[in-house]
Amino acid sequence: MENLILEGSAKTPSVTFNAGEGKLELKGRSIPENSVEFYKPLNDWIDSYGSSPKAATVVDIKLEYFNTSSSKCILDLFKKLEGINGKGTDVSINWYFEEDDEDMEEAGEDYQAIISLPFKIIEVEEI
Amino acid sequence: MEQENILLSFKGVVTSDLLTSVLQIMETKMDYMEESPKTKKKVFNVLVECLQNLYHHIDVNDENAAEQRKLIEQKSALFLIAKEGDFFQIRTGNYVDKEAAHELSEKLEKINGMDKDQLKQYYQEVLSNGTLSDKGTAGLGMIDIARKSGNKLEYQLLDVNDKTSFFCLNVKID
Repeated sequence: MENLILEGSAKTPSVTFNAGEGKLELKGRSIPENSVEFYKPLNDWIDSYGSSPKAATVVDIKLEYFNTSSSKCILDLFKKLEGINGKGTDVSINWYFEEDDEDMEEAGEDYQAIISLPFKIIEVEEI
Repeated sequence: MEQENILLSFKGVVTSDLLTSVLQIMETKMDYMEESPKTKKKVFNVLVECLQNLYHHIDVNDENAAEQRKLIEQKSALFLIAKEGDFFQIRTGNYVDKEAAHELSEKLEKINGMDKDQLKQYYQEVLSNGTLSDKGTAGLGMIDIARKSGNKLEYQLLDVNDKTSFFCLNVKID
């Protein structure tokens, strides 16, 4: 299947969903006024990917900022991944935050509490 | 203006393009300030939520706005971003329906009655159980602002007429 590659913008993150490698990355900022439109193709892609996934699917979330409209869409995306987990693929999520950015660390903890997938929270110097 | 340390103030109709510009201006301004990256991020995050609240929640009562000028006035919002001593201040003002005002004050009282851990729990609860509105709002904005600012949300609801109130919010970020 085709990869999903989107360039980042002032209000949306860059997207690199690589079906062949089973690597999905969101990077940058996600602050559109209405996030639904932006996240729809991402969810659709995961649906199709789920029909013939790699044995391991690694999701890297490297967000600098996200708004509350996106927070709900990100949760829905994680739920989609939860849905394909164990069905031919093992999904794991890596949540990155920049050192001292407690808010982004806590945001990771929020999802960790809600989502039942292996969920690592990783501190890095710079995203 | 310099003495009061106002970084940016605006009155007018809040559009998506305006928000893009304002956020860019504020990021550039903060680049030149000696704040920690942590504080800058906090201010930016809270600002995004406050401004997007204005974008989503301005209620216009057509009946009361017979004249075009009055309609524009009602669609307008105010915001001001200032640095006062050690903290940042974000103030916003917008018209809301009386019914919405009532719900809003209940929500804000609930939020202001919570400590850090309760806010975290409340946020997770709304995040996992709530749904997005058609506008793309998640009902999480005020909780997020309270969590990130680390302070109580100061607000006022002023009577405009029998249908409309004016909502003033003042967020302090340490």
